[in-house]
Amino acid sequence: MNKKFLDGLKTTLITVAVSVILIIFLSPFIFMASTSLKTQGQISIMGGPIWPAAQPKITYNDKEVDVFSVPVAQCEGFDPNSEEVLSLAIVEKGRQESTFVNPDDLGRGEFLCQVSWRALDRPWKFSPTWQNYTDVWELIPNGYPRLLWNTTFYALITMLGTVVSCILVAYGFARFRFPGRDLLFVILISTLFLPFAVTIIPTYAFWQRLGLVGTWWPLIVPHFFANAYNVFLFRQYFMTLPQAIDESAMIDGAGPLRILWSVIVPQSYPVIIAVVVFHIVFAWNDYFGPLIYLSTSIEKWPISVALSSFNGIYGQQPQLIQAGAMLALILPVILFFVAQRFFIQGIVVTGVEK
Amino acid sequence: MLEQFEQFAKRKRTKVSLRTMTPNARREMKIGYLLLSPWLIGFVAFTFLPMLATLFFSFLDLSITDGIFSAPKFVGFDNYAHLWDDPQAGINPTTWFSSQTPSSLMVTIKFALIALPVGIFFPLILALLMNNKHLKGQFIFRSLFYMPYIVPFVASVFLWGGMLNPETGWINRLLVFMGVAKDVVPQWANDVNWVYPTYVIMGIWGVGNAMLIMLAGIQGVPTELYDAADVDGANGWKKFWNITFPMISPVIFYNLVLNIIGLFQYFLVPLVVNNGTGRPGGATMFFNLYLYRTFFTFQDMAYGSTLAWFLFMVILAITIVLFATAKYWVYYAGESRS
Repeated sequence: MNKKFLDGLKTTLITVAVSVILIIFLSPFIFMASTSLKTQGQISIMGGPIWPAAQPKITYNDKEVDVFSVPVAQCEGFDPNSEEVLSLAIVEKGRQESTFVNPDDLGRGEFLCQVSWRALDRPWKFSPTWQNYTDVWELIPNGYPRLLWNTTFYALITMLGTVVSCILVAYGFARFRFPGRDLLFVILISTLFLPFAVTIIPTYAFWQRLGLVGTWWPLIVPHFFANAYNVFLFRQYFMTLPQAIDESAMIDGAGPLRILWSVIVPQSYPVIIAVVVFHIVFAWNDYFGPLIYLSTSIEKWPISVALSSFNGIYGQQPQLIQAGAMLALILPVILFFVAQRFFIQGIVVTGVEK
Repeated sequence: MLEQFEQFAKRKRTKVSLRTMTPNARREMKIGYLLLSPWLIGFVAFTFLPMLATLFFSFLDLSITDGIFSAPKFVGFDNYAHLWDDPQAGINPTTWFSSQTPSSLMVTIKFALIALPVGIFFPLILALLMNNKHLKGQFIFRSLFYMPYIVPFVASVFLWGGMLNPETGWINRLLVFMGVAKDVVPQWANDVNWVYPTYVIMGIWGVGNAMLIMLAGIQGVPTELYDAADVDGANGWKKFWNITFPMISPVIFYNLVLNIIGLFQYFLVPLVVNNGTGRPGGATMFFNLYLYRTFFTFQDMAYGSTLAWFLFMVILAITIVLFATAKYWVYYAGESRS
């Protein structure tokens, strides 16, 4: 009984503590969602609410009039002992007394309250400004639909290259024995630790010489030549598959590519999906490559470069920047929630397995 | 992944002579190299030759303007002599105090010293929490702590940049709400003293990967070890220090290596947040950012290559030192420790 209580207490404490850390950790998402729905006016008012809100106005006698929070005890026709505060629209402003109407009870007509309008607060009402999203949709360089297309095109075509080339190379490492294989595998792994700086200058100069800076080629071509991370993932997975089926297929006369296509690939869906989702997220988020190779070809920009340029132009309007960030991250986040199992397994393989 | 190096060093070497290979073995070799060829070609074309070219460029006087190369001139070690005297690079200790702005090497090391402990301990603490048997809903927590990792880098910088905006950000609003005077709240990315903490906070969304790897390592520790420790009456800290830590030391080592290499190449955040200008006061002119500007802004290929080759040598040296120390504290199960 006592131990059970203690366990329950510990569970509650730890779960609550981790939840608090999580909320702080994820609070920028709430910040983004809230700010992206605010008006510029609300952001610039110090001490305004943190949720998207507006100070309401109503139209009275064809005029826009502001709404204030008024303690009704000061007003004629109300109970002087009442502690109620109503949102009333001001018709005539005065220092000692002001004329109001009740927007919810216009039939009552105008009435006087013994208040100085300057001393009153204006109420905030929840009011999301969806307009920010339509603004960003058009104002972001190229427009959002075009950015979606550019980014998706880049992600899908390089995904194809990386999956095909990495499967071939990993198959070679996993299933064939030949002199130099182990040394080459160690070299492959060590490229993970190579600083990109030591190759980028000649590589950039090479593409420039070919006149291909400003095109997709420098970004796409290298992905067709395999990379260490994904080769490692595939190879680890292939090595867990039983060789017996390979061998019986070989006896039946199947060649190496046939075995790969008909025996190994069908058994490897989990790792293929993992590499596909990792790659799509990588390509979607890639900033440096497109920045250096496409900086002058605005019409080819993916979303990351466009967002950073958008920030340079509209940096003084946080609501637009946050709406733009939302448009940039929503698709990878959805992809993550759909395929989270594959993400998590894939990471575990690279970090923990030998 | 790193155990590949260990295994390779310890493998049994077999002498193979091409002449004595059986026809089958030859056929296997041919297919093997054919399958590897995409990577082999890519490695030579996009890694090996560019590396040699970078080394070669560092001995030339060479620049590139709008795609047109200047006539290359061989200058021997002039670029390296310039590197030694360059106060902005900051290799020569005597230049550290002679110039007003901090040197790039110092900026990089200083930031690494702040960011590295966070990059190791924060994911470790999170992983230990995720593994706590008293935590309900472990799977949901694990997913949600990982999730920000997949947010596009530029977007996450703007989200945290908004949170840390000195006037409108929630963090300063919270500080003011808690009674901090308006004129003493941190200016975050605009303040020399706060810009490194700002970058560390902006980088904190990258912990998901390390957390998952460490968590998997912790979950892979055989439970018998903890049972035995319970019999001996060990407390939680003793169990962590004598069982969990040694058993997950390869995973920590892997993260340590990746973190240090990443920190020496750090430059994208200052490029986006402070426009790569080094503001405030040169505190964000990281070494790799200086390199980036030397080549992409000032189009000096030769000196850029010199900086790049120097950075490579530094990273290589650190990696070698790390691997050399590994045998004293990294424990690979399956090998006996004598």
